[in-house]
Amino acid sequence: MGAMFRSEEMALCQLFIQPEAAYTSVSELGEAGTVQFRDLNAEVNAFQRKFVNEVRRCDEMERKLRYIEAEVHKDKVPVPPVKDMPRAPNPREIIDLEAHLEKTENEILELSHNAINLKQNYLELTELRHVLEKTEAFFAAQEEIGMDSLTKSLIADETGQQAATRGRLGFVAGVVQRERVPAFERMLWRISRGNVFLRRAELDKPLEDPNTGNEIYKTVFVAFFQGEQLKSRIKKVCSGFHASLYPCPPSNTERQDMVKGVRTRLEDLNMVLNQTRDHRQRVLVSVAKELASWSIMVRKMKAIYHTLNLFNMDVTKKCLIGECWVPTADLPNVQKALADGSNACGSSIPSFLNCIETDEVPPTFNRTNRFTRGFQNLIDAYGVASYRECNPALYTTITFPFLFAVMFGDLGHGCIMALFGAWMVIKEVSLSAKKSNNEIWNIFFAGRYIILLMGCFSMYTGLVYNDIFSKSMNIFGSSWFVPYDDYTLEHSKAFSLDPKASYIDTPYFIGIDPIWQTAENKIIFLNSYKMKLSIIFGVLHMIFGVCMSVVNYNFFKRRYSIILEFLPQVIFLCLLFLYMVFMMFFKWVAYSTLSEDPAYRQGCAPSVLILFINMMLFSSTEPEDDCKEFMFEGQGTIQRVFVLVALCCIPVMLLGKPLYLLSAKKKHVKPEQSNGNVNQGIELQEQTDISEVQPKPQAKSSGGHDHDDEPFSEIMIHQGIHTIEYVLSTISHTASYLRLWALSLAHAELSEVLWNMVLTFGLKDHNYIGAIKLYVAFFFWAFFTLAILVMMEGLSAFLHTLRLHWVEFMSKFYAGLGYIFQPFCFKTILEQEDEE
Amino acid sequence: MGVSILPIAIFTVFWGVVGIVCPFFAPKGPNRGIIQVVLMLTASTCWLFWLCAYMAQMNPLIGPRLSNETLIWISRTWGNPISD
Repeated sequence: MGAMFRSEEMALCQLFIQPEAAYTSVSELGEAGTVQFRDLNAEVNAFQRKFVNEVRRCDEMERKLRYIEAEVHKDKVPVPPVKDMPRAPNPREIIDLEAHLEKTENEILELSHNAINLKQNYLELTELRHVLEKTEAFFAAQEEIGMDSLTKSLIADETGQQAATRGRLGFVAGVVQRERVPAFERMLWRISRGNVFLRRAELDKPLEDPNTGNEIYKTVFVAFFQGEQLKSRIKKVCSGFHASLYPCPPSNTERQDMVKGVRTRLEDLNMVLNQTRDHRQRVLVSVAKELASWSIMVRKMKAIYHTLNLFNMDVTKKCLIGECWVPTADLPNVQKALADGSNACGSSIPSFLNCIETDEVPPTFNRTNRFTRGFQNLIDAYGVASYRECNPALYTTITFPFLFAVMFGDLGHGCIMALFGAWMVIKEVSLSAKKSNNEIWNIFFAGRYIILLMGCFSMYTGLVYNDIFSKSMNIFGSSWFVPYDDYTLEHSKAFSLDPKASYIDTPYFIGIDPIWQTAENKIIFLNSYKMKLSIIFGVLHMIFGVCMSVVNYNFFKRRYSIILEFLPQVIFLCLLFLYMVFMMFFKWVAYSTLSEDPAYRQGCAPSVLILFINMMLFSSTEPEDDCKEFMFEGQGTIQRVFVLVALCCIPVMLLGKPLYLLSAKKKHVKPEQSNGNVNQGIELQEQTDISEVQPKPQAKSSGGHDHDDEPFSEIMIHQGIHTIEYVLSTISHTASYLRLWALSLAHAELSEVLWNMVLTFGLKDHNYIGAIKLYVAFFFWAFFTLAILVMMEGLSAFLHTLRLHWVEFMSKFYAGLGYIFQPFCFKTILEQEDEE
Repeated sequence: MGVSILPIAIFTVFWGVVGIVCPFFAPKGPNRGIIQVVLMLTASTCWLFWLCAYMAQMNPLIGPRLSNETLIWISRTWGNPISD
């Protein structure tokens, strides 16, 4: 039954590889992605392994790549994606790559260093220019004051003295960060006791910090003071506030000259800066082309060395020994990869692949395609199948969408869902190329085939329920007709159509008759139908699950379990619950309003549930006149026999297997032991030098399905729990399938309520206002249909279906004790790192 | 017994072809088994689902209760004019 029915057969293999061919061989294996390596140095600390230095080199290269990438991103240079994946570089290319990376890193480092120096220079000059320009205004103002005082001095006597005082008036000019200005000013005031005169002007344009590239706002200031002592104090304050001071000549002409000089220097510097920027851009663009491919190469290298660290060195140090799990179907591929690996490095001695016998449980590997992957994930989320256990995912491909559709049955909603799924499936290639970080979208996309199938099945069940956005379609002609005349119709509000008079005796062609959609007693009819439907499918689903266990018993050579476990289980389930299903069908066929036998008239139809309860409790209900308690002759006796046989199955389930194992143990005590010894002996011989590495856990894990070594009491307890669980679960699980009915009812009712409450509002008027109202009402109706009925209800039906599979179906046969096969594969490694 | 042979025959043959005949013509390859299982399960579930709906209505024990407006509308539009 193909790859899905059981997980693949796995073989534990030993690889003997020449040290010089090891790197290329592992690289080939990584490209093929079919082997899972086992750690043979589990007791060796990560820092003491053989290829630690190489891993470190890779780390170093990764660091350089990260630095280059950050620089590339800083300058917003686009990084083109790689077209075809580069292979891991061979050892000679590694050195080239390393040198190249080193060179590029240094070049970029130097460039940025130079750029910072130049920018620093540029910043200083710009500040100086601003200082000169802004102070111009202060000095001009001062000059005026000077003129004033000059005219005054003509009148006053102490002119000389004043001039002398002004002559000794010194000043300091500079630039300080704007947010520091108030503190700066206060400090100057304090140290000089108010004897410093500070003038300041804010720079309108922000300056660029050469180190970080951030914008900073600064303020130009000039501090006037008197005396040398004050000057040195002011300078100290300035350095404390990181204010940069600039020389500023006191005379006007000198200042003008200086401004001119500064301007020309600035222009020159600007040119140089542009040239450096262009150069840096060129370097980064050329690096960006290679960047993606380099980073893939380095990551592959690192993965290879990590894998090589799992290998063991031969005693003679002449070859590396690795152990790996390989699907037997892929053994030729692995052989080929090894051959390619040793050819690539020109090694004369080929590598060996040697399959070894082992008692250890191999990993579970289900080969999936893009259709089955989603379903397999649903199963794996519950528990990874034990090795070679039969895989429920195969059947889930249909039963899952089908049970979902029973709850979600609506032609319209199913159509929306199917279209969404189909869109994702058709656009699969282009959509998967665009990697999205949106988690919800990724979940939907991973389940695109599930969604498509769920939609398609919902359309079918919707058709059978005759439900499209809560309305029915009358395609094939209703089976009911109106037998009344006009007069009768006009004089009574409501009528119950009598099946005898108004039913044409053959049901509607497909699904539920459209007349029920408008009927007041629709729910009564639909409930009876849908409840029966749920139980019918539930019981069949469970019986199917129980039958699956035969496949497992047969495969794992536990044939005794077929008789001692499967048979009583399936008899128990069939005699009680399949019989109930039979009663439902019998009731549908036998009881009719047109029946000639009065016992099969409509009033006499017994409730299946009551009959079932009476059967279990050996009680009876008195039938009404003319009616019979049972559906057919001898039903009472048959039921009694069924219940008694079913009850007899319970002790078989409980005691059969433990007693069988006990007797088997007594018979085979001696031969079994000797067998075990022989096996161990063979193992030791074949596994030569690694047998010390993987000693005892094998014996333990091999006991997955034989209880040979367990004491009787433990087997008994296990079996007791299993039996109680099974017997109780048949009842509770059958009841649990009623969720199919409940959700289906809820969905249908909700969509009807939405139609009546929202869309009807827009449909009532027939004039222009009605058109606008309909427009608005339709918008709301469509929105709630999508958001609540398709999304929310879909999610809830999905979860219920998942539960029905995990608990009700899989508990009948599925152990799920395996561990998943994780091959060493570059593709998955790169994808995982991308996600991080 | 309100059975009509036609619908039962049509549906049984249709789903029978899907579930029993088609699996023989499933394309060869590694996925042949999966396709066969998918076809067989689809056919059996869908057939049974339809059958349940059909059988539940074969012998109606209750009739729909409708308002007279609906009944008048039904008799006019669904093509069984009211007998005088």
